[in-house]
Parts: sequence; C-alpha cells; structure tokens
Amino acid sequence: MSLFEMPTLMAGVTETGGFGAAVKARSNIFDMTQAAEEAVLRPDECGAFPHDMRAALAARIAAQSGDRVLAEHHAKAAGAMAPLSDPTQDGTASHPVLIAFVDKAANATKDIAAEDITRLQSAGVGDADIVRLCELVAFVAYQLRVVAGLRLMQGGKT
Amino acid sequence: MSRVVHKFTRRVPQWEPRVTPVRLDEATPAQLDALKVTPSNTRVSAYVLTLAHDVESLAVRSPLFNAIMYDEGGMSRAERELGAIAASMVNRCIYCAAVHADRHAKLENSTEITDRLFAQGADAELSPRDAAIFTFARKLSEAPPEAGPEDMSALRDAGLTDAEILDLTLSTALFGWANRLMHVLGDPVRPEGTA
Repeated sequence: MSLFEMPTLMAGVTETGGFGAAVKARSNIFDMTQAAEEAVLRPDECGAFPHDMRAALAARIAAQSGDRVLAEHHAKAAGAMAPLSDPTQDGTASHPVLIAFVDKAANATKDIAAEDITRLQSAGVGDADIVRLCELVAFVAYQLRVVAGLRLMQGGKT
Repeated sequence: MSRVVHKFTRRVPQWEPRVTPVRLDEATPAQLDALKVTPSNTRVSAYVLTLAHDVESLAVRSPLFNAIMYDEGGMSRAERELGAIAASMVNRCIYCAAVHADRHAKLENSTEITDRLFAQGADAELSPRDAAIFTFARKLSEAPPEAGPEDMSALRDAGLTDAEILDLTLSTALFGWANRLMHVLGDPVRPEGTA
C-alpha cells in the first residue's frame, strides 16, 4: 500500500476541496515521494541493510516522533528485525553503534559531529553503507514531516 | 588547511565530506546516469559524488528536490526558501542555511529578513505572514515535529492558501531530508586565511 493511500491520512479527501485540489496539483511530487520510499526502503542494492532492517529502522524513527500510523506502515515489513523498531530497545545486543547513530541523526541532528561518522567507520561500517544509512534516516525524517503537515492541513494534530 | 564554519552566514562555504566520495573515473554506469540528473550538471560536486554511493536514492531525490523547490504555482520561491532556512537552522546545517539564505536574499533583493533570522532566530521580528511561515516551518522541523493546529491557524490567518501551505510543508520536510545528508556527512569549511 502506498503511503498516500493510507485511509487515515487521506480520509474524505476530494479533488474539489482546497486541500484535495492542492494535493492533486502536486501529484507529481507525491508520485516521486512514493518512488523515493521504494528506492530508500526497498532498493535493489541494499548494502549492509536488507529490506527488513530498513523497515525496522524507519518504524523506529516514526515511533520516536510519535507517529503511530507511519510506524505501523513501516513495521509491517520489519520481519525478524522487528525488535529494532521498538524505540525502548537500544539495540545494545545486536547493533549498538548503528542504533545510537540512527537515533542521534534522526532526533538530534544538530548535535551530529565528525566523531559520529568516525565511530561508524571504526565499527566497520563502510562509507557507502554510511551514505545508505543517512539516506534512510533522512528520507523518513522527510516523510514523517510531510505526513504531519498533511494531517494538520486536514484539521488534525501532528 | 581549512577550518570548520560554525556560525550561520549567507556566504556559502565549501563542503568537505566525512566519507570518501565516489571517484568519477571509477563510477558505475548507474552512478554516471544518476549524476546527470543532479541540479547542477556542469560540475559534479563532492556532495553529489558522496551521495552517488547510494545511487538509487540519489536518482529519485534530485528530480523530487527540483519539483518541490521550483515547480510553478502555489507558494512563491522566496517563501519556499524560508521553509528550507527554518529547517536548516533547527538542524544547524550551516551549509544548507547559507545556500538558501543567499537564494532568499537574491529573490527578495534584500538581506533584511535573513539578517534578522540569523541574528535573532525564533525571536526575529518579521511581517505577520513571514512570521507564520517561519514559525510553522521551524516547529515542523523539530524532532518530534512540534507544529500544531494553532500554527496552521496562524498560516491561514496570514492569508496562505492550501496550495501555499502544502508547498511550505513540502519544502520544510525536504530540508529535514537534505540537512540529514549535508550536515551529517560533511563539514562546512573555509580555507585557512580567509575571513
């Protein structure tokens, strides 16, 4: 299911209302956003992060932002990686450095420093995988803010 | 040698990657193809060569970026830049803030608004419309997002249409993405000896 087919997000939206007309006028952007979700969450070339792990991390970031609907959307594809989607789990057992980085890049972006990248490199994460991980965190940050804005436009709360 | 820039500025610094970028002479056909669809294809920057490590994301993000910031209709380009600036200030992406403050100043033919934003941040004295736009974008950029119904009401009270509010949401959210690449993967720098 596409994000923009989510019943809770687009309930009652018609093309004739101001909101519906605005969304329709930017349908190219919503199509490209969906293509971005495919490219970031389900790429052909995964590097060190298979699809289920990407979905779990996306669900984790959405949950940390209090977006239960988006968290559930991503958690459906988390499979065996589901424990990583739980923000109360710090991933100490399996992926401590990775999870610490994801949490900081997603939620304390301004505090990220060169050392955070060095720490990933020292833990054996390759440069291409560091870029992949940043794209994942960054895309979900975008997606959850688009969803939050759309909800507010329809009279809801973030 | 170069030094890292820590203060907001409109004078665009250089960007120095924290990881090793893809070498153009070693790029795969898919990477070369994606590099063509970047916003500036005259010169491939270190930033784009860094992002080429994840070619599938790069290929979809460049056209999305251009559509959100430059497609016709809806919100003015300068006001979309305000969304980008607000996000970049929240995330302290010095490089993104500089590029988009510079664009805003050029589009408006005035540095007044970005001077105030960089000097006073959230307390900057702005017109009611700019204040509503900046406040919404700033709060949407927080993690978790803090924008609420009162911020949406302020946008509507300031006269923004649904099309404009949607464009503001998109440009602000887009920089939630861009900042997490630019600020995380590299440093804004100036060569030593320059002011």
